[in-house]
Amino acid sequence: MDLATFGVQLLNAIQYGMVLFLVASGLTLVFGILGVINLAHGTFYMLGAYMAYGIAAATGSFWLALIGGMAIAFVAGLALENVFIRRLYGRDHLAQVLLSFGLILVLDDIRQVVFGKDVHSVAPPAFLSGSIQLTDNMSYPVYRLALCGFCLAIAAAIFLVVQRTKVGMVIRAGAENREMTRALGIGFDQINRYVFATGIALAALGGILVSPISTVFPGMGDGMLILSFVVIVVGGIGSIAGAAIGALLIGLTDTFGKVFFPNISSVLIYVLMAGVLLWRPNGILGRREA
Amino acid sequence: MTHRILLPGLTRRGLLTGAAGAATLAVAPQLRSPAVAQKAPLKVGLMLPYTGTYAKLGQFIDNGFRLYVEQKGGKLGGREITFVQVDDESKPEAATDNMNRLVGREKVDVVVGTVHSGVAMAMVKVARDNNTLLIIPNAGANDATGPQCAANIFRTSFSNWQPSYPMGKVVFDAGLKNVATITWRYAAGAESTGAFKENFTKQGGKIVEEMTLPFPEVEFQALLTRIATLKPDAVFSFFAGGGAVKFVKDYAAAGLNKTIPLYGSGFLTDGVLEAQGEAANGMKTTLHYADNLDNPANKAFLAAFKAKTKMDGDIYAVQGFDSAALLDVGLNAVGGDDKARDKMIDAMAKAKIDSPRGPLSFNKAHNPIQHIYLREVRNGRNEFVSIAHESLDDPARGCRMA
Repeated sequence: MDLATFGVQLLNAIQYGMVLFLVASGLTLVFGILGVINLAHGTFYMLGAYMAYGIAAATGSFWLALIGGMAIAFVAGLALENVFIRRLYGRDHLAQVLLSFGLILVLDDIRQVVFGKDVHSVAPPAFLSGSIQLTDNMSYPVYRLALCGFCLAIAAAIFLVVQRTKVGMVIRAGAENREMTRALGIGFDQINRYVFATGIALAALGGILVSPISTVFPGMGDGMLILSFVVIVVGGIGSIAGAAIGALLIGLTDTFGKVFFPNISSVLIYVLMAGVLLWRPNGILGRREA
Repeated sequence: MTHRILLPGLTRRGLLTGAAGAATLAVAPQLRSPAVAQKAPLKVGLMLPYTGTYAKLGQFIDNGFRLYVEQKGGKLGGREITFVQVDDESKPEAATDNMNRLVGREKVDVVVGTVHSGVAMAMVKVARDNNTLLIIPNAGANDATGPQCAANIFRTSFSNWQPSYPMGKVVFDAGLKNVATITWRYAAGAESTGAFKENFTKQGGKIVEEMTLPFPEVEFQALLTRIATLKPDAVFSFFAGGGAVKFVKDYAAAGLNKTIPLYGSGFLTDGVLEAQGEAANGMKTTLHYADNLDNPANKAFLAAFKAKTKMDGDIYAVQGFDSAALLDVGLNAVGGDDKARDKMIDAMAKAKIDSPRGPLSFNKAHNPIQHIYLREVRNGRNEFVSIAHESLDDPARGCRMA
């Protein structure tokens, strides 16, 4: 493998890792801060992509699809939290898994009613639709590069909110010790619903942003859900920075695994996960149990 | 429920035939006489994916089958037809239960299904065990008409070997000698690229690399970069559904289609052209159907399908349509009496159907013998270019009947 090819593969790996991070960040927020396992996360990723298709087809604007899709997902997240999820705080994981699995089935059927069963695609915004010549016979879509930038911006935004704002402080305190935060009279429970809605909106955002380079199809969320769980388990549950590291590791392992060890590439990321868990049972940046 | 109490032996039939239920109850007492029983509707079990990834394919097969039955006034071989539907969800793990339910509880006379090869192979096993008449309207697993072939099992679609084999010669004749293949690591992918390789190397071509990725993963970027480095003369691929859309689009977005032409079995561009858009333009694939086949049967079929469903018919609808046509041939030969099984199967095996896809007959393993067409994507359709292989038979390797 010459240097140019290696560079391109590295770019592939990082770009894939960025997308994984975007989707996994929402999952790790909800899991880490609310303690809720949301299996329907992948379904919202899929719904995001379908909303991007639906809104872009109706209005012709990708940006409108981006904002509209996120807004709808956020509101849906608030409603779901209000009706269902809040009953799950502190309950055991089985109840959470059952409820969110039920959500998968219901949301999948809603998707079938609203958008049908067809495969669709979404056009990227015009000024991002070109490509750059990388090697003599291979070019790279500009949109993929823009996607990297977008993911970095989202990561920075999440980091700033969680680490540098008062709201972030309350969130961190609540994640650290729920009862103590409540006892101190801090309005942690009011923030919960926004954390959950943000998690859902991030999943949908992932689907929307990926839709121009992916394809919009019914089962697209399933694989992404599993990968997201691998990412947050490797990175450390609840840690945004951990999710970023985990996502990049998975991106690298998957990309170079496919190139160097094609026959076992499908298990490599799970080998990586097992290895990390042996070394650090709570993930790379996971908090150690007290 | 009251019916069940009053007429325990007959209500189930009444319930299952739906709208015809009341009528069945009315004539129910007569059913005990064998001469009249023969005129009871023939119960067809449609075991297809009505939800999930292959839902659209299942819907089209279902519509195609029903269209044929409607055109014959609701009767095949003079026998009234009723349907029992089961959604197989393309889940192999539930396949045996679903099939047993159709055969055991619902007591269907013939089963039609399905799309997913894993599900179909489970159905084949049950059909072999209890001798149910099974017509496979899509699933291409070579084994179904290979080692697992049986007298009571027919296929109206293709074996995975069939559509890909002729492409080996098409690509070689285009002057492309070094080809890389890429597919998902599962049976259909291996059988499809294997058939291409078989013919391509026989012609004298060389396979430079066989790339695979886990089913149904759609992250192709690493392998596209690999293709760019390998610089083969062409790429042969097998993908379907959402994966096919993404692969074709990613291939074009990487600019590879400018220097390395992409070929594939027809499933790469069938039913997904709208989503592939520009990226698929000019792509050549081989399949047992082309959208604009210029024969009277196809024109009539497409018009009738459009009138019934408001949608454009495709190969899946054709396969459903031909499944009913095959059953019609069998039932005609025995005057609607499906108990004369041997005679019926004999007639079906010898059937010569004027299908929308062209002439359709069957080999000893009950797999179709049919033309394989070379098609090119133009105007958002898979348009006919030439016959890549005339009346292609399947080798039916491992089949004891062949």
